Amino acid sequence: MSGATKTHPELSETFNQDEARVDWHDETLWWIRQKRDKSAGSIPEWETLREKASQIKDHVLSELAGYLVSFEENAKANGIIVHWAADALEHNQIVHSILEKHGISQMVKSKSMLTEECHLNEYLEQKGIGVIDSDLGERIVQLAKEPPSHIVLPCIHKKKEEIGDLFHLHLGVPAGTSDPQILTEAARQHLRETFLTRKAALTGVNFAIAETGEFVVCTNEGNADMGAHLADVHIACMGIEKIIPKRKHLGVFLRLLARSATGQPVTTYSSHFKKPRKGQEMHIVLVDNGRTVQMGREDFRASLKCIRCGACMNTCPVYRRSGGHSYHYAISGPIGAILAPNLDREKYADLPFASTLCGSCSNVCPVKIDIHQQLYKWRQVIVKEGYAASSKKLSMKLMTFTLSSPGVYRTAGKAGRWVLKHIPFAVNNQFNPWYKQREMPAVPKESFGEWYKKENQ
Amino acid sequence: MKKVGLFIPCYVDQFYPGAGIATYQLLKKLGLDVTYPTGQTCCGQPMANSGFEHLTQGCNQLFVDNFAEFDYIVSPSGSCVLHIKEHLHTTHSENQAAEIRTKVYELVEFLVDIVKVKNLKARFPHKVGLHQSCHGQRGLYLSQMSELVAPGFSKPLQLLSQVEGLELITLKRGDECCGFGGTFCVVEEAVSVKMGKDRVKDHLVNGAEYITGADMSCLMHMEGILKRENSQVKVLHIAEILNAE
Repeated sequence: MSGATKTHPELSETFNQDEARVDWHDETLWWIRQKRDKSAGSIPEWETLREKASQIKDHVLSELAGYLVSFEENAKANGIIVHWAADALEHNQIVHSILEKHGISQMVKSKSMLTEECHLNEYLEQKGIGVIDSDLGERIVQLAKEPPSHIVLPCIHKKKEEIGDLFHLHLGVPAGTSDPQILTEAARQHLRETFLTRKAALTGVNFAIAETGEFVVCTNEGNADMGAHLADVHIACMGIEKIIPKRKHLGVFLRLLARSATGQPVTTYSSHFKKPRKGQEMHIVLVDNGRTVQMGREDFRASLKCIRCGACMNTCPVYRRSGGHSYHYAISGPIGAILAPNLDREKYADLPFASTLCGSCSNVCPVKIDIHQQLYKWRQVIVKEGYAASSKKLSMKLMTFTLSSPGVYRTAGKAGRWVLKHIPFAVNNQFNPWYKQREMPAVPKESFGEWYKKENQ
Repeated sequence: MKKVGLFIPCYVDQFYPGAGIATYQLLKKLGLDVTYPTGQTCCGQPMANSGFEHLTQGCNQLFVDNFAEFDYIVSPSGSCVLHIKEHLHTTHSENQAAEIRTKVYELVEFLVDIVKVKNLKARFPHKVGLHQSCHGQRGLYLSQMSELVAPGFSKPLQLLSQVEGLELITLKRGDECCGFGGTFCVVEEAVSVKMGKDRVKDHLVNGAEYITGADMSCLMHMEGILKRENSQVKVLHIAEILNAE
């Protein structure tokens, strides 16, 4: 499987074959970035809030074990059943065993990037259990049999006409419908039926509060509540880094989350779940899946501070022009590119290189993760562990040799300029990726060094 | 008198000597004691950003050997300066490397913060678009970035506003990356070119005759695209405008 995965440059090249579509994708996400700017700009203490959030998360990571234990204790005291999963497989097995125990073969699920990371839907399908995603965007990509391309806006890569075609095929709306109002209504009717008939609902978790054993789920559609309130069994799945110490800290994170994500002051629903209602069973699955390994990597630990707002994707000039699927990982964009190599360095060796290191991501990040610095550091790790292409290794060694010696450098520079001037076709050809869509620089008559020497004779 | 060591990045030396000459002449005009150490080559960034930082020892030592003696090291490239500031380390002369990391300046910040240039004698009667190179802006804080909720400032504009006749155009996206990104420009050719085309277009639709900036690498990338599109718009390093009479 991993051998067949196309790389970010290959997938981006395909994405860029339709330039008008790239423009549309770029403008759509840039519009969201601008909404974020406006919304953040309306909070004079924005930068202080970011710093606070960053420090709270740093603190949590430094004492995660203790907070997890107290969260478990308090959640249990509230009547919630707590599970621990070491990896994706164990997570999937736990969810499956809960459903099996209740004889449930169909489940409704609200947004959870963790279940995408664990490939829960595929796992359950193989076990004969049907999952319907209730977040509208997630439902759309599910119908299209695609993964989400963005953690907050899963179907941002789809145009409304394409969604109309999908709904025509699957939900019976008339062919050619593209009015968002009509399409949304069709989805509502379809999902209402799902909510009423499903006995189990799975939700994600945005924040889990150690002090109280409760958790908060943020949605704009109320779909997490609809699912959880109507089902006999509520399963909430979370990565272990979702912990915050106290309820009062929600004030910091809820102010940052939606503003960073979409520019809204707050998500439409911030639902607090503390204990199961009478007759209901409530489960929490706490998942590691590589997180403790990442915590042990000093350079990359801060990536676990992420609150999954997606601001780094919206601002990323590369993401906007390559699309979420080009990252071939559940979490796309800059944050995905620093999380993925933790799980598989070989498969995701290309992702830390899918950046110009412009630094925009680190500066929109509401918890101040040094994303672009980590991209740089992952590059060093990937090369040292031997996942760089051998052609690259050779050219780098040659470059190092040349640039480590002034004499060799001057000769090579002169030779290079001579070639470019006298036999330009040696450089200006299809094998030079620079030349494909760009002209080479004009050849000056002398280098600066040569000019300086004459000037100061 | 304080001694200034001129650090001319390798690709500027080889392909854009004009930017280097303008930097040298400008610093001389301002009465500074400038020397170009002739044994210099490169800051090592092309290797390091590609994941080969461990191969840059030779480059780093060479840099230290060439520049340790100066009071200030000045370079017409935000990106190379940022690389030195963040990553110059050597096995044998780490103390000197540490000192260099604190005394290396990008040209614009040197002129504004150290020389405190208030009255530049320059004339450039053209419509100019300013490209904010990311490493200079977000790395060296040459100007405020649009991501932060913080008061605005711009060191390049402080200097360009002293240039007689220069008309600065307004861009739709003031500080978006051009897509050069070092080896990114060839490894991720498709996205790199698309980013460059979009950046260039912003300048073109807003009437720029020249695109300028504090990093020649971004300008080289945009120039490649402008030339391929047969555009008459030119790129010029900011030193060339500040040195124009």
